[in-house]
Amino acid sequence: MDFVKPSIEYAEIWPLLVIFGVACLGVVVEAFVPRERRYLVQTVLAALGLVAALVGTIMIAGELDVLGDGQARGLIGVEGSLAIDGPTVFLWGIILVFSLGGVLLFAERRLEGGVSAFAGQAAALPGTEAERQASTRGLEHTEVYPLMMFAVFGMMMFPAANDLLTLFVALEVLSLPLYLLCGLARRRRLLSQEAALKYFLLGAFSSGFFLYGVALVYGFAGSMDYADISEAVSNDVGNSTLLLIGLGMLAVGLLFKVGAAPFHNWTPDVYQGAPTPVTGFMAAGTKIAAFGALMRLFYVAFGSERWSWQPMLWVIAILTMVVGAVLAVVQTDMKRMLAYSSVAHTGFLLTGVLGVQQASQLSDGEVTSMQAVLFYLTTYGFAMIGAFAVVTLVRDSGGEATSFARWQGLGKRSPLVAGLFAFFLLSMAGIPLTAGFVGKWAVFTVALSAGAWPVVIAAILCSIVAVFFYVRVIVLMFFVEGEPEGEVASVTRPSILTSATILVGLAATLVLGILPGPVLTLAAHAGEFVR
Amino acid sequence: MNITAYIVLSGILFTIGCVGVLTRRNAIVVFMCVELMLNASNLALVAFAKQHGNLDGQIAAFFVMVVAAAEVVVGLAIIMTIFRTRRSASVDDASLLKY
Repeated sequence: MDFVKPSIEYAEIWPLLVIFGVACLGVVVEAFVPRERRYLVQTVLAALGLVAALVGTIMIAGELDVLGDGQARGLIGVEGSLAIDGPTVFLWGIILVFSLGGVLLFAERRLEGGVSAFAGQAAALPGTEAERQASTRGLEHTEVYPLMMFAVFGMMMFPAANDLLTLFVALEVLSLPLYLLCGLARRRRLLSQEAALKYFLLGAFSSGFFLYGVALVYGFAGSMDYADISEAVSNDVGNSTLLLIGLGMLAVGLLFKVGAAPFHNWTPDVYQGAPTPVTGFMAAGTKIAAFGALMRLFYVAFGSERWSWQPMLWVIAILTMVVGAVLAVVQTDMKRMLAYSSVAHTGFLLTGVLGVQQASQLSDGEVTSMQAVLFYLTTYGFAMIGAFAVVTLVRDSGGEATSFARWQGLGKRSPLVAGLFAFFLLSMAGIPLTAGFVGKWAVFTVALSAGAWPVVIAAILCSIVAVFFYVRVIVLMFFVEGEPEGEVASVTRPSILTSATILVGLAATLVLGILPGPVLTLAAHAGEFVR
Repeated sequence: MNITAYIVLSGILFTIGCVGVLTRRNAIVVFMCVELMLNASNLALVAFAKQHGNLDGQIAAFFVMVVAAAEVVVGLAIIMTIFRTRRSASVDDASLLKY
């Protein structure tokens, strides 16, 4: 048997390798650098790695070759397992930007009085002498940085994966570090550990379904490669029962990761229990990566089987929006409310996905599905990471105060921070002149031009419900009269790290709302997936 | 070669795993049921590889084993932490986060 050397396009995938290298280097740093210097070394290493990868991504974006029909740019590399094309590069860019925000939030130390938001020693039991000692000695886990970089590596690989095996491995590489990060909160450790347990068990369960779907689709097509699957689907060569069941099971795994109903149950628990910096990073990063992977799988591999999966996505999009919007109304915890609102956002994003409007079918200037979803993901990520960054600032004697009762009258005590939070909420609600409005407009137009008007009607109704629960928080902060009962939260002054994250989120949300043109053009320029 | 029997067996194993996850209360047993689901997929992958006469499925099975091993490391760490904190590995006891 001949052994052929695989061809690996290092010039196009090096940002991915930089992130992986930094993650491995982070592990080495843990082993060899003295404890007191690790924080600085790890933070700088992670930040530099992300910046280098971001620069690389931008350089690669400029050099991608236009393919045959002019709709797609890029190449399929690494023996067909990674597709480096316009959408991949765009998603890499925004994942790296939000991860940079994540690193800044992870590195924040002023809020907890000189230590990070992560457990001093995760192995020390809550409420024991060992935990108190870890806390008085000022210990902190710097392992969170390599864990985060491994997660970023998985997130970057996930939307680029061009065969089912790479997709599965990327799914696990992105999930496993996040399970651990969720359980590492410094305060409220029982909640944090419970969140990790729930996320892990449900995540492993859903990846079981995903893997069985991989096996069945492989059984149908005889190959894991998207192009071969697409060919087998359009020629209808195999047993179509295998295909349909396999498609459904793959969808379960991916819809779990994006947090779509009825697979959304982990979202509120995990978002609430996880340390808030992790929640912000995860809310933005996982959703972006998973939507990229979902779209590539459905558009490229199952594009010609569209009539089987579009009705399913219609139902799931409507269900997700309704569940997210309605359940967010009854929440009394800020992080939980944001979690349900992120479920509703998943529904809006699915509205954009199910249209399958591609540039070749549209006249010039019309919005494609890809463009709408990429733009929405950008606006969503900035608003989410900004909002969770603000949540880390609002504290009482027990750490972060997330219950609504504590937030009452915050607008009078700290108008600036409350105003910032209100602005992020208004963007999520989709009020004109914020980024969220343009994002919603884009996904609704796409769905309408694809004839999915029932979904758009449901989406508009859910947006109205969503405005209600966002405005309720604003009213609570600014306009509720009378003295609040019990302790109230106040705003702790953060260091430059958190402030910078919030300001960048604010600036991006504002600019994308007033001048969406450049980013919309950039998203249009990303073009379609390579096939 | 007719692989129907192997696929049926893998379907049965997958169902046992799936039902186990939904009905058992001990986190370790739940996790073992997840592993059973992954191994059912492995059996299906290898059987389909035999049917199609290529190696993709067999190689995928190796990858799945490695991923499952990594998952065990992370999973047991989480389950052990929560057991040491609560003196119980029952998934029903971890119920502070709800609604």
